[in-house]
Amino acid sequence: MTAATQRPALVPRDRDTPARRRPGRLPADRRSRATYAILFGLTVLVLLVLAPFFVIVINAFKDPADLAAHGPLTLPHGWHFSAIKNFWSQVHFGGVLLNSLEISGVVAVLGVVLSLLNAYALGIGRLRGRVAFLIFFLIANVLPQEGLVYPLYYLAKQVHLYDTKLAIVIIFTVIQSTFGTYLLSSVFAAFPLELLEAAAIDGANKWRALWNVVVPISRPTLGVLFTFFFIWTWNEFFLPLVFLIDNSKQTVPVALAVSTGQHTVNVTSTAASSLLGVLPAIVFFLIFQRTLTRGVAVGAVK
Amino acid sequence: MTRKQQARRGGYVIFLLPGLILSFVVIVVPLLMNVGISFTRWQGVGTPKWIGLRNYTQLFHDANFWASFRHTIAIVVAMAIVPTVIGLILASVLFDIIAKKFNDRTASFFRAGIFIPQVLPVAVTGIVWGWLLAPTGAVNATLKNVGLTGLAKNWLGDPKWALLSVMGIMVWVQLGYPIVMFMAGLQRVDPNLYEAAGLDGASWWQRFSKITVHMVRPEIYVVLVTTTIAALKTFAQIFVLTGGGPGNATLVPSYFSYKEFFEDANVGYGSAISTVMVIIITIVATVFLRLQTAEDRAGGK
Repeated sequence: MTAATQRPALVPRDRDTPARRRPGRLPADRRSRATYAILFGLTVLVLLVLAPFFVIVINAFKDPADLAAHGPLTLPHGWHFSAIKNFWSQVHFGGVLLNSLEISGVVAVLGVVLSLLNAYALGIGRLRGRVAFLIFFLIANVLPQEGLVYPLYYLAKQVHLYDTKLAIVIIFTVIQSTFGTYLLSSVFAAFPLELLEAAAIDGANKWRALWNVVVPISRPTLGVLFTFFFIWTWNEFFLPLVFLIDNSKQTVPVALAVSTGQHTVNVTSTAASSLLGVLPAIVFFLIFQRTLTRGVAVGAVK
Repeated sequence: MTRKQQARRGGYVIFLLPGLILSFVVIVVPLLMNVGISFTRWQGVGTPKWIGLRNYTQLFHDANFWASFRHTIAIVVAMAIVPTVIGLILASVLFDIIAKKFNDRTASFFRAGIFIPQVLPVAVTGIVWGWLLAPTGAVNATLKNVGLTGLAKNWLGDPKWALLSVMGIMVWVQLGYPIVMFMAGLQRVDPNLYEAAGLDGASWWQRFSKITVHMVRPEIYVVLVTTTIAALKTFAQIFVLTGGGPGNATLVPSYFSYKEFFEDANVGYGSAISTVMVIIITIVATVFLRLQTAEDRAGGK
C-alpha cells in the first residue's frame, strides 16, 4: 500500500475507549430518500475510483488493431494474450518478479530482526540516552532519500556493491528498521517486566529472554511490521532505480517504469505493463488485508 | 542509579550495536557527505572543488528551484489537504449514515473500494495514469463519448494542465488512506454520543464538526504529517508521468536533484538541493511532533 509509503512516524497516544458495539441497525423505513441518494453517490464514486482498473484489464487483452479501430473504451473483440506475453518476455517479468520477492522478503525479515534488537535495547533495556536515540531513528525515518542517494551510490561503487541486490537489501533493511525501532520501542515501553524477571530467575540470559519471552509475546506486532516492510520495499522506486541498472536485477516497479518509458508507442503494451504492475499489489492486498487494516490501526494507535 | 541497574543497562548495549553501526554507515555518513558535497563543484569523478556557498546562492536565484517549490506546495495540497478534508467527510458519512442505516459491511465495502489505489506501487500508478491521460487515451475517449470533446486535452503535455493532472492523480491515490485511518479512529467514539446529539436535534453537519472532527484529531495529525512528508518526497509519479515537464511545469525538488545528480552530473548542485529538502522535511516533522506533544498535554492524557 502507499499507506505504506507513508510511514506513520508520529503516533497519537490515546486508546482510551475500546470499540463499543454500535446500536442495532435501524429499521429500513428510517432510510430516507436522502440516504439512498448518498448511497448512490458513494457507489458512483467507488465506480469512478475503480474505473481505471477496468479500462486497463479490457485493453491489456486487446490486439493493437482492435484498439486502433474501436478506441480504449470498448470490450475487446476476442481476448488476446499477445500484449501481455510480449511485454512479459520483453522485461523478463518472471525474473523481475522473483527479484522483487527476494529483495522484499529478505528486507522484511532482516528489518524486523534489526528493529527488534534496537527496540529490545531501547524499549526494554531503557539505555541511557534512549530519547536521543529514538529522536535519531524518527528523523532518519522521515529523511528524503535524495539526501542520501549520491553518497550511497558513490560508496556502493567503491565497495563493488553498485548494481547488486545486496546493496538495496542492506540500505532498505536499515531504512525500514528506523520506523520499526521507533514503533517497537514504544510498544516495548509497556512490556510486563515481571516476565523478564521471572526468566532471569530461571537463569535465562538476555538473548534467551529476547527469543523465548519477548518475541513470542510480540509476535502480532512483528507480523504487522513484516507486512509493512515487505510492501513498502516492494513499492520502493527511487533507490532501486538508481542502484539496479541491469534488467536481471531490477524490481517490478523499476523494470516496468524503465521499459514503459522506452515503448510508449505501443498502447496495448502499456496496458499490459500496468496490469502486470497492478496484479501483485492486488494479490498482496488480498493476502495481507487483515494485517494491513490492523496495521494501520497499530501505526495510528499503538 | 544503583550498580545493579547499571549492570542491567550495560547488558543491553550490545543489542543496539548492529543497528547503530548500520545506521551510521547507511544514513549518518551519507547524509554528512551530502552536506559536504553541497559546498563543492563536482562531476562525480575527480576531486570535488570547494566553492563555499556558491551552490546555495545559485539555487536562490534559480527559477527552476522556486518553481519546484511551488509545485511541491501544490502536491501537498493534493496529497495531504484535499484527501484529509474529503476523507473526513466520507469517513463520517460511512460511519454515521451508511453503517447505521444500512450495515457495517456496506460501509467496509465502500472503504475497501476507495482504498484500492493505495496498494499500488507509486511508479505503477504513474504508468496507469500516463496511459489513461494520453492524448488518445481513455480519459479523452470518455469525454468524446459523452459529448464533451471540447474538454479533451493533452493532459500531461500541456503546461497549463500538467500539474493539475498530477494533482488529480495524487488525490485518487491518497483518498483511501485518511478514510481508513479516520474510520479506525471513529471506533473509539461512543455511539451514545451521536445518539444523544441526534436526540437533541443536532444536524449531520453539527455532529460532524462537533463530534467527528474532534474525536479523530489524533488521526488527523498522523494523516497530515505522513502525507505532507510523502508529498515533499514525491518522485516516482513525476519520473514516470512527465519527467518534470513539459518545460519545468511539474518539476519537483526530488526529481530536480535526481536530474542534477545523474543526468547533468552537477553533483554539488544536486547535493545543495537535497540538503535544503532534508532541512525542510526535518523542520516539518519536528514542528508536527511538537504540536502533537502540546496537543497531548492539553488533552490531559
